[in-house]
Amino acid sequence: MSVLLALDTSTTAVTVAVHDGTRTLAERSTLDARRHTEILAPSIRQVAIDADVTPADLDAVAVGVGPGPFTGLRVGIVTAATLGHTLGIPVTGVCSLDAIAHEVLVAGGPADFLVASDARRKEVYWARYAIVEGRAVRQGEPAVAKPADLPQELRGLPTAGRGPVLYPDLFATPLDVLDVSAGALASFATIEQRAGREPLPVRPLYLRQPDAMPAAARKPVLP
Amino acid sequence: MSTDEPLVLGIESSCDETGIALVRGNTLLADAVASSVDEHARFGGVVPEVASRAHLEAVVPMLTRACAEAGHALRDIDAVAVTSGPGLAGALMVGVSAAKALSWALDKPLYGVNHLAAHVCADVLDHGPLPEPTVALLVSGGHTNLLLVRDIAVEVHELGGTVDDAAGEAFDKVARVLNLPYPGGPHIDRVAAEGDPRAIRFPRGLTAGKDMERHRFDFSFSGLKTSVVRWVEACERDGRPVPVADVAASFREAVVDVLTRKAIDACKVHGINDLQIGGGVTANTRLRALAEERCAQAGISLRVPQIRLCTDNGAMVAALGSQMVQRGVSPSSLDLPADSSMPVSQVRAG
Repeated sequence: MSVLLALDTSTTAVTVAVHDGTRTLAERSTLDARRHTEILAPSIRQVAIDADVTPADLDAVAVGVGPGPFTGLRVGIVTAATLGHTLGIPVTGVCSLDAIAHEVLVAGGPADFLVASDARRKEVYWARYAIVEGRAVRQGEPAVAKPADLPQELRGLPTAGRGPVLYPDLFATPLDVLDVSAGALASFATIEQRAGREPLPVRPLYLRQPDAMPAAARKPVLP
Repeated sequence: MSTDEPLVLGIESSCDETGIALVRGNTLLADAVASSVDEHARFGGVVPEVASRAHLEAVVPMLTRACAEAGHALRDIDAVAVTSGPGLAGALMVGVSAAKALSWALDKPLYGVNHLAAHVCADVLDHGPLPEPTVALLVSGGHTNLLLVRDIAVEVHELGGTVDDAAGEAFDKVARVLNLPYPGGPHIDRVAAEGDPRAIRFPRGLTAGKDMERHRFDFSFSGLKTSVVRWVEACERDGRPVPVADVAASFREAVVDVLTRKAIDACKVHGINDLQIGGGVTANTRLRALAEERCAQAGISLRVPQIRLCTDNGAMVAALGSQMVQRGVSPSSLDLPADSSMPVSQVRAG
């Protein structure tokens, strides 16, 4: 048995799970997009108690690396990186949209679908998935876009994530997986690792540059 | 755990420095600091998102460096202290989250500490236990405060603060007007050395009679900055060369005159004979010189830590955490928030 701690803070859910390589032993998700810092660590402590494991029992950490709103996203990533360093165990990155897609797959979802999550600023992070040989395979790199700028052909697909909740007029067919579940993320990470597929680095998928402008010429104060 | 000489790890991430340090009792063992200041230079000030990204990259390397320097493993530490505020929210969250991960993984107590109180506490590492009570003057790019410290681990009162710009911010803004690089403090200090501090009489904010009634221990540097800008622009408009050294020296004199005058006044009003200075602007040579001169005249004993302990670092955070352990202060809980506007009256976060 290999004990995996999984966590994700890229969506509205602050989600943590302990997985034993076969099944999720305990999971806790709290819907609060504004209190990641407060909620995450107590959730980890509680999930470990529920799964009856101590920090020393952990063999690995898997973390959602987004894309997602930056401030919350970093809370999960720095937590995972620090835990891995402190406990001397490996940390792997998972695209958070892939974790959502995996849950859609497990729930028996459609063969061709979209995941669109909240990117704030009236945009969504999105990726398209196809079910191939029993797994949800992402078609290309995750991207950020205004929903109205996505082609009708994509927006017409069944769509998981909060995109359809926020923009019901633009995404015609909502699916009911809205946020990342750490249990699904753990399960996806386990499958990927067994298949020998390379995980993502433990680094945020920002997809946007910091929006600061270099200092402009000074404006005179004299009239 | 040893409560006399606890081994405390401190984490600081409130602005653009990622600091991680190890302190044993009041002794600094290791102080690792990564700064993103160069990445902010072209923006003329700290960009919160740039700073937050840099913190995330720096946490694990600074943990590694601090442990290597101290010759300790993480499992040796007795407590984890972290700046929980005030500061940039997104930046604070990186340090606070890392501290919680350490606290849980090592099963050691967590102390969320006030950044300003930590600045005052830094000097414990240089000059031993603080005299208490003491008046403290904190001057940096983000803060300008006069504090009354009764017990550094428990009870700190704010006597006054800036009503607009921090002193360090005024240095940055004036440097820009004088075409000096960012951050402005060291460059103004360098150029001012060649200038006449009495060449131009710039205003001393909140020192006139009526202001002293309501803002005796408060500061204002926004009017001073505007006054400098107007003076420089008038020069440029008239086609006269700007006497950069004189402007820098006169501006610097106006800032340090107000800072030291109000600090000494606070000591006198509260009957306290000890003044502690901290924060990045303490690197300013004129501030140190004038504070020494005026304290000597007033019979006040002055404590100023070495410059590397004045700027943001993890050492001061570890030092304050160590004081809390030594004085039996109860730890913070794991749901500790990052509080961007944490008042200094709150030395330890909940």
